Amino acid sequence: MTITVNGRKVEYRQGESVNRLLKRMRYNFPLVIVKVNGTIVNREDHIRTEIDDGDEIQVIHLTSGG
Amino acid sequence: MDDPGVSEKLSGCSVGIAGAGGLGSNAAMALARSGVGRLVIVDFDRVEASNLNRQYFFLDQVGEYKVEALMENIRRATRDCFVEIMNKKLEKGSMHEPFVDVDVVVEALDDARTKADFIEDIMVNLPGKPLVAASGVAGIGGSERITVERFGDLRIVEDHQALSSDEDVLLSPKVGVFAHHQANLVLEILLGGGK
Repeated sequence: MTITVNGRKVEYRQGESVNRLLKRMRYNFPLVIVKVNGTIVNREDHIRTEIDDGDEIQVIHLTSGG
Repeated sequence: MDDPGVSEKLSGCSVGIAGAGGLGSNAAMALARSGVGRLVIVDFDRVEASNLNRQYFFLDQVGEYKVEALMENIRRATRDCFVEIMNKKLEKGSMHEPFVDVDVVVEALDDARTKADFIEDIMVNLPGKPLVAASGVAGIGGSERITVERFGDLRIVEDHQALSSDEDVLLSPKVGVFAHHQANLVLEILLGGGK
């Protein structure tokens, strides 16, 4: 019962949303892009999108400057 | 070495650039000089004196629209690049629209929220479109930390330890490394080495 977050194995928690997973991982960056199994999850959908067992999650953090 | 195969191939390629600031102006010049046949450049800002410490503009261009000044600068370096400019602010939900028909898109925006919105718009609305973004451009030194992360069609040139540009300086050397890193990735994608 694990999920993969940025290449690391992490415990799967039933019913956990993307939003809660980011909090659990202490990913407090204001601006992230999240992909679940290769598909991007819009930020508005982080609260209602649930993570399933075995999912592969990528969290991409962005910093200002350009 | 002057490889006719490379310039011929690049002359048939197109690249979209979102933002004509530190990243976009330098990446655009590098791509035009390399022989990319068509650039689509979008920005809404005017050149300010404070931009000249890192952006590819000149003193006598202060006050001009960035896209117009950049087109002029590209034309001073080469006539082989067809430059299309759009003087507009990209709005969330339709940020991908100017880039529907280009081969590769470069994210060259400034603040993190706009970057995230843009990357989402491209990935959601133009799936399969190669996108080269940048994150962590501010600061001095630390070039050895700059890496490329790849997530499918999205590549991000990044410095994990960089502070935001609200907390650290933006200067020509590091901004230039990022912009040229992005341009180099674009060539790799266009020429088939990075697909």
